[in-house]
Amino acid sequence: MLAALRQRFRVWLFRPKIEHGTVILTQRRIFIIPTKQGFTLAFVLVLMLLGDINYNLSLGYVLTFVLTMMAVMSMLHAFRNLAHLEIRAGRADAIFSGETAQFLLHFNNRSNLSRYQLCLIKTGESFWATSPLSISFDVPARQDSGIAFPLPAVQRGWLALGRLTLYTEFPLGLFHAWSYLHFDTRCLVYPQPLNEAPLPFGNSPDGTGKRSITGDDDFAGLRKYVSGDALPRIAWKAYARGQGLQVKQFSTPAGEELWLDFSAAPDRTEEEKLARMARWVLDAESQGLRYGLRLPDGELLPNNGIAQRDECLRRIALFNLPQQIRT
Amino acid sequence: MNKSLTYGLLLSILMVIAPHADHLPLWVSSLCVGLLLWRAYLTYTGSPLPKRWLLMLITVASIGSIVISFRTLFGREVGVTLLMLLATLKLMELRAARDAMVLIYLACFIIITNFFYSQSIPTALYLLATLMVIVTAWVHLQAQRITLMPRLRIAAVLLLQALPLTLILFILFPRVQGPLWGLPQDAYASSGLDDKMSPGSLSRLSLSEAVAFRVSYPDKIPRRDQMYWRGPVLWDFDGRTWTQGRTVLTITPKFTELDQPIDYVVTLEPHNKTWLFALDMPGKISLPATLSYDFQVLNKEPVNARLRYAARSNLVYHANLQEATRQIQRALQLPKQFNPRAQQLAAEWRAGSKDDADIVRTALSYFNKQAFVYTLEPPLLGINGIDDFLFTTKQGFCEHYASAFVFLMRAANVPARVVTGYLGGEFNDIGNYYIVRQSDAHAWAEVWLADHGWVRVDPTAAIAPERVQRGLSAAVSDNAALPFMARNPPQWLRNLRLNFDTLANQWNQWVLGYDTERQFAFLTRLGMESITWQKIAMDMVAGVGLVIALFALFMLRHLFVRQPDKVQAAWLKLCQKLAKAGLPRAAHEGAQDYAARIAAARPVLADAIRDLAARYSAFRYGTLNDEHAQREFLQRATALKI
Repeated sequence: MLAALRQRFRVWLFRPKIEHGTVILTQRRIFIIPTKQGFTLAFVLVLMLLGDINYNLSLGYVLTFVLTMMAVMSMLHAFRNLAHLEIRAGRADAIFSGETAQFLLHFNNRSNLSRYQLCLIKTGESFWATSPLSISFDVPARQDSGIAFPLPAVQRGWLALGRLTLYTEFPLGLFHAWSYLHFDTRCLVYPQPLNEAPLPFGNSPDGTGKRSITGDDDFAGLRKYVSGDALPRIAWKAYARGQGLQVKQFSTPAGEELWLDFSAAPDRTEEEKLARMARWVLDAESQGLRYGLRLPDGELLPNNGIAQRDECLRRIALFNLPQQIRT
Repeated sequence: MNKSLTYGLLLSILMVIAPHADHLPLWVSSLCVGLLLWRAYLTYTGSPLPKRWLLMLITVASIGSIVISFRTLFGREVGVTLLMLLATLKLMELRAARDAMVLIYLACFIIITNFFYSQSIPTALYLLATLMVIVTAWVHLQAQRITLMPRLRIAAVLLLQALPLTLILFILFPRVQGPLWGLPQDAYASSGLDDKMSPGSLSRLSLSEAVAFRVSYPDKIPRRDQMYWRGPVLWDFDGRTWTQGRTVLTITPKFTELDQPIDYVVTLEPHNKTWLFALDMPGKISLPATLSYDFQVLNKEPVNARLRYAARSNLVYHANLQEATRQIQRALQLPKQFNPRAQQLAAEWRAGSKDDADIVRTALSYFNKQAFVYTLEPPLLGINGIDDFLFTTKQGFCEHYASAFVFLMRAANVPARVVTGYLGGEFNDIGNYYIVRQSDAHAWAEVWLADHGWVRVDPTAAIAPERVQRGLSAAVSDNAALPFMARNPPQWLRNLRLNFDTLANQWNQWVLGYDTERQFAFLTRLGMESITWQKIAMDMVAGVGLVIALFALFMLRHLFVRQPDKVQAAWLKLCQKLAKAGLPRAAHEGAQDYAARIAAARPVLADAIRDLAARYSAFRYGTLNDEHAQREFLQRATALKI
C-alpha cells in the first residue's frame, strides 16, 4: 500500500515519460536537494554559531552568516546552472556488440551564462563511484554542444538510451540539482562478428555460386574512392598519376554472386550463426564481392557497397527479435 | 588533484593561519610555513606526497612540541595551534576531493579563532579577502575545468549576494547573551595592566599602541592632572615585585568633603580582569560593580567583552579619614633585609621632619633635585633594586619612581601604597572623546595622612611634570624607543589617526558591541514596536526570503529572454514582407523551395531571393558562421524591395 503510494508520488513528481524532439529544462523538471556535503556544512555552521554566541564574537556572526547565505545562494546557482537548457537527442551510429555506443545529445545553451560541470549518468547509477556510465561537461554561453554519452552494448538488436539523469552540484557542491532525460533514441547493435570465418564459396544452395577468389581480374574500370572501400582495391597507380584516390571496380558475372546463407553457417546456435554471418558480410564487402543475404525470414538481393553491407548487418542484427524491438 | 587547485588551497590555508603568527610561538608559524612551502614544492615538481609514517612522525613531534612549549593540551592557544597544524598536515595528504572539502571547512573554522584576538575593521576586510580566496578554491574544487577568471567571478558574485543577506541576518538575528558554557581560563587575551608590578612591567606596556578604553565627558572635562584612572592597588612588596596581596576585609570606603563631581562614559576594551577604571574617587557607576576597600571598582565577572558604563567621580575628596589599624599596618610592611641605604635615608628624613606631610614633601623635593632621568629604557637593577636606582643609576620609568617612593615612605613610617592605572589620554576632536592607550599606563603612590586620608602623590610629576601635563612623548627624552604613534606626529597624520579611531569607535559600538540591548534600541529607532524575539525572527526570515526572491528574479530573468537569431529574424521579416505582397511561405516550404516559387512568380526578384535563400540555408543548416557574411546577409535582406 505504502509502496504503491510512493510509486504514485514518484510518478506524479517526476512524470517519467519517453520524449522525442527538444526538451527544455523548465522549473517543473528540475529537482534539488542538499548533498551530504551540504549537511556537513550545516553542521559546521551550527558549531560556529554556538561558538559565536558563547564567545560573543560579532565578526564570528558575520562569518557564519556570510557562509550560510552563500550556501543558500548556491542553491539558486545550482538550479540556474540547469535552467532553460534545451536538449535534443542526436544520432547514435550503429556498432557491434561488445563495443560502446555513443549517443549524441545536443545541449543548446541560448543564455549568456556558461553552464559548468554538468554531469550525465544512467539513472540509478551511484553518483559517488566514478562509473563509466557517467560523463561531465561544460556548455559555454550561446552554444550548442554535442555530447556523446557512452553506453556499452552487450547484445545485438536495438539498444535504447533509456533514462538519464542530468545533474549538477556546481558551484559549491552543497546542492544536488537534477533532471531526468528519457529520449526515444536508440542505437542499432550488430552481432559481434566471429574473428575468422571463411566465406561460403561454392556452397550456394542453388548451385550458381561457383566462383573463385581470382574472379577479381575482370577489371571493369575505376570509380571515385568512398570511405570504407577496401585498401587493396585502391588504384595506387592512378593515385601516383595524380588522379586522386580511385578504386578498381570489377564486374562480377551474374553467376558469380555470393550468397551468405543462414542455413549454410555450420554453427549450432542461432547467435553463433549470426556472428559468423556478420563476419561474412564484412569480409565479402572488404573483398569487393557482390553478395546477397539469405535469412529464414527473407533475402536481400546481391549487391555491394556500404549501403548493402549496412542493410545486411541490420537484418542480421534484428533477425528473429520480438516485433516491438525490431521496429 | 589539479595543480592550480592545490595552490588555491595552499593560499587559503596560508591566509587563515597568517594572522596567528602574531601571537603563537615562532616554531608553530615556522613549522606551518615550512610545511606549506614543502607542499608547494611537491606540487610544483609533481613529486609524490610524503609517506604516511613520515606524516605520523611529524604529527607526533608537533604534539610533543606543543606539550613542551605550552605545558598543556587544552586551552585556546593550544586549540588554535592544533587546528593550524591539522590544516597544514591535511594538505600533505591531499588526495581526493573529500580531503579538499575538509580543508575548506577547517579554513573557515580557523578564521573564527582569529576573532578571539582581533575583531577590528582591518580584520573584517581581511576576512572578506580570505573568504574570496577560499570560495574561489571551493568553486574550483567543484569544477576543475573552469579557468581563473570565471572562477573569481562566480566567487565574487556569491560573496556579493551573501553580503546584503548577511546584513539582514546580523541586524535581526536574535542575540543570545553568552556564554552558553564555561570558558577555558585563557579564552580571552589579557592585555593591559596586571595585578602586580615589577621594574619593566609598565615601560613594556607603554610600548603598546592598543586602546585601553575610550572616555567621553558629556558636561565638563577635567584638567589633565586630574585624569588619574585608578586601576589595581598594590600593597605587598617582596623587594622586587609589588602585588595586591590578600585581604578578607570588607570595609566600605568612606568619602567625605566631596566636591567637583564629574560625569563620564567609558567604553572599556576587554582585558579579562575584573577591574574597571574610574577617576578618583568614584561615586556612582551604571553597572552592578562593587567598590573595594582600596577604592577599586570591581566588575562581577572578568571583562571579556567591550563594556560601556557611565560613572560619576568627585575630583576633590577625603578618603577614609578613619582607616582600620590593620590596613595601616599593611601599608607599613617592608622587607627589611633589602635596600639598607634607602631605609637609612628614610630614617634620616623621619628624624628631620615634624610630620608625615613634611616627609612626603622632603621626598618629592629629593626626587626633584637629584639628577633623576625619566626614561623608557633604564639600566638593569641588582638585588637591592631600590638602592641601586636611588643612588647609582638614577634612571627609571614611573614604576621605579612609584616603587621607590612608597618604599621610602614605609621606611619612614608613613603608610603608603602603589596605585596603577592610566594617566591622561589623547583627545579626539573629531569624535569628541579621549582615547586612553596602553602607552598611557602609569603608576603612582598614595599615602595616608591622618587629617587627609589617602592622598595621591605622583613622584613622576616631581621628575618629569610633562608626563602629567602633556603625555608620554613630551616626557621621554629618547623618542625613538616609543611606539611610532606615541611620538609627536605631524598634524595630518594625527588627524588621519583620529579619523580612523573615530571609525573604530563606531565600529566597536555598533558592530562589535551589537548585543540584545543595542539590537532592541536600534530596532526601536527603526520604528519597530513591541519587540519580541519571535517577531524579530519572523522579520528576519521574511527579509531574507524577499531578498533571495529578488536575486532569483534577477538571476533567472535573462534565461527566459530568448536571444533571437539575427539571421532568422531578418529572414522571417523578409517572409513577412513577401507575404504582404501576396506570396506567403507555406508551412512545409523550405527556404530554397520558397525562393524557387517566388522566382517563378516574380522574375524581377529571382536573383536576389535565390541568393538570399542560399545564404540563409548556409547559415541555418551549413557551417557558415562568420560576422562579415552575416552583416552582408542582413543588409541585403533589409535592402530588398518588393
